[in-house]
Amino acid sequence: MDQRLIQAAIVVIGVPGVLIGYVVLAERLLGLFEERRRARIRPWIWIAPAVLFLVVFLVYPTFNTIVLSFQDKAGQAFVGLANYEYFFSNSDTLVSLRNTVLWVVLMTLGVVGLGLVIAILVDRVRYESIAKSVIFVPLAISFVAASIIWTFMYQFRAPGSTQTGTLNAVLGLVGLGPEAFIQTAPFNNVFLIIVGIWMWTGFAMVILSAGLKGISTELLEAARVDGANELQVFRGIIFPLLLPTIFVVGTTIVITALKSFDVIYTMTSGNFDTSVIAFQMYKEMFTAGHLGRASAVAIVLLVTIIPFMAHNIRRFREQEAIR
Amino acid sequence: MTALPRAAGDARRPIWSRLGLHVALLVIMAIWLIPTLALFVNSFRPAADVSASGWWTALAPPWDFTLANYEHVLARQGLGEAFINSLFITIPATVISVMVAAIAAYAFAWMDFPFRNVLFVIVVGLLVVPLQSTLIPVLRLLASTGIAGSYLAVWLAHTGYGLPFAVYLLRNYMGGLPKEVFESAAIDGANPMVAFFRLALPMSVPVLASLAIFQFLFIWNDLLVSLIYIGATQSQNLPMTVVVANLVSSLGGETHFLTAAAFLTMALPLVVFLALQRYFVRGITGGAVKG
Repeated sequence: MDQRLIQAAIVVIGVPGVLIGYVVLAERLLGLFEERRRARIRPWIWIAPAVLFLVVFLVYPTFNTIVLSFQDKAGQAFVGLANYEYFFSNSDTLVSLRNTVLWVVLMTLGVVGLGLVIAILVDRVRYESIAKSVIFVPLAISFVAASIIWTFMYQFRAPGSTQTGTLNAVLGLVGLGPEAFIQTAPFNNVFLIIVGIWMWTGFAMVILSAGLKGISTELLEAARVDGANELQVFRGIIFPLLLPTIFVVGTTIVITALKSFDVIYTMTSGNFDTSVIAFQMYKEMFTAGHLGRASAVAIVLLVTIIPFMAHNIRRFREQEAIR
Repeated sequence: MTALPRAAGDARRPIWSRLGLHVALLVIMAIWLIPTLALFVNSFRPAADVSASGWWTALAPPWDFTLANYEHVLARQGLGEAFINSLFITIPATVISVMVAAIAAYAFAWMDFPFRNVLFVIVVGLLVVPLQSTLIPVLRLLASTGIAGSYLAVWLAHTGYGLPFAVYLLRNYMGGLPKEVFESAAIDGANPMVAFFRLALPMSVPVLASLAIFQFLFIWNDLLVSLIYIGATQSQNLPMTVVVANLVSSLGGETHFLTAAAFLTMALPLVVFLALQRYFVRGITGGAVKG
């Protein structure tokens, strides 16, 4: 305990010190050169630490994983496409692929749709900031905590006994249930995805709400004075103007959904046909100990993300052109 | 977040439509609050009650609340230790990534060098690279250097994984600072280092705060990085998320302890979030609207 405290204190005080020292020392050394040379070398010194981290933890490992995905269990001999063939023929991984598609589609629709509805509703009331905070809070907690919260919501007891789970108690009130929400495939996937929606809707709401504030009040009022009803205002003005923002939010949620792992790890450990590809990778890595197959799963995940990466870069370029 | 209602047509609209709006919003707010409230109430109930009846029965007298669940998980399930581990992992990792990112972001924003745009486009691309595609090589690297399982391993890993977002957010903000400030500083003979420490950093305090909060919550809430790089071998170093996630399977029938465990992991993020919501929201909108 004491040793850890010292270690952490050294890092918290030492790292900024070292980094500042690095910049100052580099500046001293640069003083030996003429001004033009200085300006040419300095930027490389400043970006070097970040580039080093990015290369060591992201760039090099990703390329290494690509190579591993063509190798055998221990990463020693090349096996061609065998690991990918396994991925697309094994029933377990195919179920996980299906579930990931479910996560992406349902979570994105749910988060963006609810986020939009709530952003529009809270815009019209005086308790807007409180309402927003309530929706937004789940984003601050971990997926692990959210999973436990919802484990209790979904709790199931055998028919006839007292239902202690909130949802089954509500179902009981209207004479239905009880449902084994988490154990019954394939709908258990939907109930896990609801945890993701519950957490991320606040994210969509905050961003869409900021976009909504950017739409001119005069424009909306002019449409209303001309006799447009609220639905027409939404379809004709709000939705088209918010579409670029909706797209940005949607992209973020798609990527989050593709990478979903924590909820499955905590709530079902991948049982009851709830595995997703990110969890499948973990399973191949630790339970099966098959580096090749685990890498192939990771690369499948990476490949599905590449279109979004390309889109991000294109959009970034467009923005830079405007700047 | 302003509290002013903007739909100016409100006064003309029939009262039942306003009522519908309030009811809809209150129902949504209830749906968002009840799951957390349920956990919170259950975490203070005696074990026997939790398994015998729903959390709502505890709201009516006789009130019978206890701290036993918290005492149990803190003392017997190692949650107290894990809480400290989480702090030891999160704070240094946040400090390292914010510092490294600030220096690089300034260079990307205000210095001229070949391949600057290409390099920054690579950073933008790295924003979405899934952790999964790096796990095996990084774990091997950490193992071969002998630091796998240590705090250092997760500090470095979190810094690496957090940097694309950090550099991106800071560079966008620093790039938006007024050009004249840096130009006149240069005319006055200030070199870029002085401009960075005296001008750019102080002017970027709001975005640095957003980033620090964002990184703090991100690292505190992380499961995967610690699960893989600390793992079972050095389980005394594991943060709360991993310990609590593993409790789900190991506790079996004693699920009432989970309520207290989950609430302990949420406590600090909730405090940070409620106290600094403004910065948190700004970090998110700044990263995503522009991103």
